[in-house]
Amino acid sequence: MNLTKKALIAAASAFALAGCATTSSANTAGDDSGSDDAPRFAAKTESEGPFPSTYSAYPGAPTALVGATVYDGAGNRIEGGTVLFRGGKVEAVGGSDLSTEGYTVLDGTGKFVTPGIIDIHSHLGDYPSPGVQAHNDGNEATSPTTPDVWAEHSVWPQDPGFSRAMANGGITSLQILPGSANLMGGRSVTLKNVPSRTVQGMKFPGAPYGFKMACGENPKRVYGGRGRKPSTRMGNFAVNRQTWYDAIEYANNEDAKRNLGKETLKGVLEGEILVHNHCYRADEMALVMDMAKEVGYKVTAFHHAIEAYKIGDLLRENDVCSAIWADWYGFKMEAYDAIMENAALLQKEGACVVIHSDSQNDIQRLNQEAAKAQAAGARMGIEISDADVIGWITLNAAKAMGIDDMTGSLERGKMADVVLWNGDPLSVYSRPEKVWIDGALMFDAMDRKRRPVSDFELGQPGEGDVK
Amino acid sequence: MKRLLNTAILGVASAIALSAAPALAQDVVIANATVVTGDGSDPIENGVVMIENGRVTYAGTANGQSFSTDLVVDANGAWVTPGIFATVTTLGLVDVGAVSESNDSRAGGAPFSASLDVAPAVNPNSQNILIHRAAGITRAATTTLPSASIFAGQGAIIDLDADGNPIVKARAFQMVDLGEGGARRAGGSRAASYTLFRASLREAQALSGGGTPQTTEITADGEVLLNRFDAEALKPVVAGTQKLYVAVERASDIRSVLALKTEFPRLDLVLVGVSEGWMVANEIAAAGVPVLADPLDALPTGFDQLASTQSNVGRMKRAGVKVGLNAAGMENPRRLAQQAGNLVGLAKMPGASGLTWGEAFASISSIPAEISGMGGKAGVLKSGALGDVVIWDGDPLEVTSVPTAVFIGGVEQPLGSHQSRLKERYRDLDESDLPKAYDW
Repeated sequence: MNLTKKALIAAASAFALAGCATTSSANTAGDDSGSDDAPRFAAKTESEGPFPSTYSAYPGAPTALVGATVYDGAGNRIEGGTVLFRGGKVEAVGGSDLSTEGYTVLDGTGKFVTPGIIDIHSHLGDYPSPGVQAHNDGNEATSPTTPDVWAEHSVWPQDPGFSRAMANGGITSLQILPGSANLMGGRSVTLKNVPSRTVQGMKFPGAPYGFKMACGENPKRVYGGRGRKPSTRMGNFAVNRQTWYDAIEYANNEDAKRNLGKETLKGVLEGEILVHNHCYRADEMALVMDMAKEVGYKVTAFHHAIEAYKIGDLLRENDVCSAIWADWYGFKMEAYDAIMENAALLQKEGACVVIHSDSQNDIQRLNQEAAKAQAAGARMGIEISDADVIGWITLNAAKAMGIDDMTGSLERGKMADVVLWNGDPLSVYSRPEKVWIDGALMFDAMDRKRRPVSDFELGQPGEGDVK
Repeated sequence: MKRLLNTAILGVASAIALSAAPALAQDVVIANATVVTGDGSDPIENGVVMIENGRVTYAGTANGQSFSTDLVVDANGAWVTPGIFATVTTLGLVDVGAVSESNDSRAGGAPFSASLDVAPAVNPNSQNILIHRAAGITRAATTTLPSASIFAGQGAIIDLDADGNPIVKARAFQMVDLGEGGARRAGGSRAASYTLFRASLREAQALSGGGTPQTTEITADGEVLLNRFDAEALKPVVAGTQKLYVAVERASDIRSVLALKTEFPRLDLVLVGVSEGWMVANEIAAAGVPVLADPLDALPTGFDQLASTQSNVGRMKRAGVKVGLNAAGMENPRRLAQQAGNLVGLAKMPGASGLTWGEAFASISSIPAEISGMGGKAGVLKSGALGDVVIWDGDPLEVTSVPTAVFIGGVEQPLGSHQSRLKERYRDLDESDLPKAYDW
């Protein structure tokens, strides 16, 4: 008993010291309240980045991929291309004339190279496998607005879904979002798809946070079903607007008592946190864009955006991406007008397209979903190049997640997140053969040990099996 | 694709052509096609498919074939296949999944389970039927799903044509969940679901004259798990005249289901789901029980699916199990072809087990048709089979391909839907003259 008490006291003093140190550093930075007496206790501020990423790249050999068809993610296609990476970074992308001296050369003749695939909409870790009740950590469905919750605090890094996304889908980065039960579901987190004991070990260094919002059926069903506001679409907007007004007041008040949820909303108003808004219907997306203008924030992407094709012009003018499925339809009323031509019609209109999964299964085949959407467009006369279509699941996703200066395309200086496919990635018959993340080989179909197996799978039937 | 009316391009007239044709059926010859017969064999280049009186009269090489017909279609090398046979589905039972008023796929509030009969509930005008017809699915098994009890009810075999009469065979099969879900429905344990199953079948045996019926109703917490009508409905199951689809995933559960045959020897079993089937593939093969497997499950989504792998189908196939793909194991049944295509791609991966192209197509055509009691009639192109024929704009297992023409029972089908009309309306966003509402 005594021992425990002592230990607690010791821990408390250590914490206080740490608090002092950070407060004084904040003082020198000039963004403290100006008090001379540093408080005895102080939590780290938002700008000090709590729960920092501890990820660092694993070692990798300087590698030259030669002879393959290269899609760089930025709309270019190089036949018989060469991709050079070293020290975790892409060094050069070009033709067969690039020197490969000093690199381990891999012959990719007949194969294809793309940037690592990026899924902008995943719930891996928050709704992990096995999908038992004890693992339902994706919706804090206790209040219609929960801007205070952070998806990273629910992520179970042992979710076997991460490894399937890598091995079968070539996924190297992904955004984990809270669910859509709430109007404001909380903060998202962007991860490198690298196995880790902790979520901090997966956090994408330098990625901005996202903020999950949801309009339409889900929030009004969840809360209306409990006799609570909102129970209608107008109720959805009313709750959202009042919450934003309160956030503005908070953001304008330097002396306001610290509020976790409002800090996130303030981050959105400041443009530091990107809004990812689950929204299906065209008319509703138009209203949300006006709400954003009223309040003073920007919607970065509408997710699901079933009816985006009806307002491609508006989405282009407002510079909002649509993160969409290829062929999901009809599972609820607001998905009734889904068409496979959604992506192509948006592209034709000059609006930003991202293909997303929202699924532990489809994340393993985002390339095929993109191909489906491309083909639907081609059948109605909208020709979109393979190289542009690869951009829907690489660079466009990276842009909408605010990480496009670091990954999403094969360009000099960017992270060497690379997939070698055994055939055309827009064909049903092709699969990833090798996946590099920051230049480290994390999956190799030709080496059965170069395949992640989560703690959960050890000692279970099928451990280490091809999946 | 070029159409040449009343022109015989390959040979001489035959006299049989025009007699006793179905109301709208035309006799059709599709020539210059890459013909897939659906029986697992490789595609035939420069093939011909002939349809007379709603049935296939020939499918194979062009050599020496002659005909006279209403319509000759020059396929220009396009792929021509039997229609895809989708099972298990809820096609025709649902307009919108989450709109309960439009969704007849579960009857959890009803006091009936095994006695539910889906036949009168199927709506051939459902958009789901139209959309899946346009995806090349010509026939399907459709059923209510387990909800109040372990028994789902009696499913039907339907066609997806536009004639308003979808039912090909009513009460074609019964379905029961003997996995995790069934255990929850039976009261919280597999021990309970097996007891309920045995009690139900014994009651059916008694009603069939094999003893004295003991109980009129089994209930728990106000839910009726079995009533007299349900027991009556299980008579053909216990007699083996109606197939019993058993939803099951775990290896040990599969063994337990196969063991039921010792107690009820006439059961005509079909296993559905079967994620861990590869672990007991030899036993499934020895029992001669066919499987409708979820093809791309690769995650331990439950404790009953810890060993899930995409190689499951290939491994079972190699062990001699008859395996079709379960349409319920994917986002929607129009993904059947994509999922089959993935199993072809998988075959190239070291250590993995996939299917050949011919096997993959058979797993969504002839095999589910055989499992559905339509062997030789559907899912294949051969003499005597129903005229369910699809012409594609590319390799039918590629994600980029769709049908350009769909024949069901020899009748060419409309391929439009709510979705295709929306696509046309929003081809552009021009409202300079009138709102979009006038664009139709």
